[in-house]
Amino acid sequence: MGEIVLSEVRKSFGGVSIIQGIDLVIPEGEFVVFVGPSGCGKSTLLRLIAGLEDTSSGTISIDGKDATRLPPAKRGLAMVFQSYALYPHMSVRKNIAFPLRMAGLPAEEQQRKVEAAAKVLNLTPYLDRKPSQLSGGQRQRVAIGRAIVREPAAFLFDEPLSNLDAALRVSMRQEISELHHTLKTTMVYVTHDQVEAMTMADRIVVLNAGRIEQVGSPLELYRSPANLFVAGFIGSPKMNLVEGAEAARHGAHTLGVRPEHIDIAEDGPWKGMVGLCEHLGSDTFLKVEVEGVGQINVRVGGDVPLRHGSQVSLAPQADKLHRFDAAGKAMA
Amino acid sequence: MATQASRIAGRLMLSPAVVLLFLWMIVPLGMTIYFSFLRFNLLMPGTEEFTGFENYSYFFTDPAFWPALVNTLTLVLGVLVITVVGGVALAVLLDQPMWGQGIVRILVIAPFFVMPSVSALVWKNMLMNPVNGLFAALARALGLQPIDFFASAPLASITAIVAWQWLPFATLILFTAMQSLDREQMEAAEMDGAGPIWRFVHLTLPHLMRAMTVVVLIQTIFLLSVFAEILVTTNGGPGTASTTLTFLVYMQSMLQFDVGLGSAGGIVAVILANIVAIFLMRMIGKNLEA
Repeated sequence: MGEIVLSEVRKSFGGVSIIQGIDLVIPEGEFVVFVGPSGCGKSTLLRLIAGLEDTSSGTISIDGKDATRLPPAKRGLAMVFQSYALYPHMSVRKNIAFPLRMAGLPAEEQQRKVEAAAKVLNLTPYLDRKPSQLSGGQRQRVAIGRAIVREPAAFLFDEPLSNLDAALRVSMRQEISELHHTLKTTMVYVTHDQVEAMTMADRIVVLNAGRIEQVGSPLELYRSPANLFVAGFIGSPKMNLVEGAEAARHGAHTLGVRPEHIDIAEDGPWKGMVGLCEHLGSDTFLKVEVEGVGQINVRVGGDVPLRHGSQVSLAPQADKLHRFDAAGKAMA
Repeated sequence: MATQASRIAGRLMLSPAVVLLFLWMIVPLGMTIYFSFLRFNLLMPGTEEFTGFENYSYFFTDPAFWPALVNTLTLVLGVLVITVVGGVALAVLLDQPMWGQGIVRILVIAPFFVMPSVSALVWKNMLMNPVNGLFAALARALGLQPIDFFASAPLASITAIVAWQWLPFATLILFTAMQSLDREQMEAAEMDGAGPIWRFVHLTLPHLMRAMTVVVLIQTIFLLSVFAEILVTTNGGPGTASTTLTFLVYMQSMLQFDVGLGSAGGIVAVILANIVAIFLMRMIGKNLEA
């Protein structure tokens, strides 16, 4: 139950190629996140899996059966939309029961399943309200409830948290992760937020311009990005990318080093002046103008006596350097 | 509009418009009420005198009154049903992507631009005429007896003409509402296993309720005063078969020159319109809230 296999999937809209040949296996029970900048095709890819768009070529199979030409309802998938897409004139109860009603389940069974789902999602007190009387987080939970009751082969999430405020986003993120641990159903999750991707995913698929840049667990992508795009996209704050003489000294076209892998050392090779200095308490983010290298972001402990204009010398950790060739590929 | 001064200034600036609108309404209404209590016949000038409710009792006992009342309600209801049902159907069809969309939309709206008397004449002479009309030609081509529409089904024929005129209006309002229907909701319903018919019943129709309410309320106001179509086609006949309250008032004040009786009829029509309005607001007004 719940394995999704894409092979050579392509999609173009009126001659513009959006998805350019995707091969991907999403194993059963895994939480996979599609991440990428806006316009990279991640939502389109999700809609292709859902069946809301037709593929231009290639095949999609779900549970080992070819689903390329199946209508959305027959694929056994449930989707949570960015706008929640709740039915505004129906109560929460009717919203959640809608897919069961369409499937022709008897009324008592609908009732039982709706109440079970409401209990899991803490929606029981709100069952008789209309969506317009709920907060953003509650609406999101109703949308998830509507997906759960169908007991789908896989859940598809299309940027479900982007309409919520920051605090709610963090707690919904945890709720969705916990839901995944409870249900153990395959989940495919689309987001442009790499923090969501890193925190929730079993595996991350980094997409760019309709192609897969790299697939791997969050830490794999963090430790060994396959190319410059992944290196720059995964990790916050962003990896420093240095070109020119300093990179050549390490035998690479581009040298990458993460802000957290740079130490302040008396005899460090990079000397420069601190520009912007952000004290967050737990951490301090520095922008240091290093002679001959350029601007370097550094992440150091919360208690450093540095301010705008201080002179520092920096030492990148030698074993944490990333080297990229002229084509942007990682070098061994 | 927060301070006392700005509120007062706002009221002062609004008042000319409000006063003008109020006079515009109250003067004709007041004069009509006044005339309705007078014996006032244009053929006997100078004999005006106060007669109490005599005009009203004549109006209610007129043998044409009850048929006119029934005809008015039948006409309004018939046109409403045709335009709302047809309007929803056309709005759903026009919302589908198709070639030549812009031109088709303009064509659908076109009848609304034709003035009522002209469109009634077109229907009477070019379409429904039992000798020269298109429908008669069609019937003969099929070997059938042509129907004399205005003689055998006068009220239904007028209903058809008026519905043809108002269908574009209903379509326009409902089509605009269609376009604000959330696409993601439709897709969610599709994923939930709802076929096209269930999606229409559970999503499209509830979404269109408010627009339908607007259509029904606005059309009722105008349909209660349908006049030109009747004058041009049947002249209220045969007998009283297509006489509405509006047309009855016209006959009494303009053909029998009895201004007093006509005014009484006018006031009755105003009261009837208000009763209909109250019923409508009770039944469907809640759709306009929130």
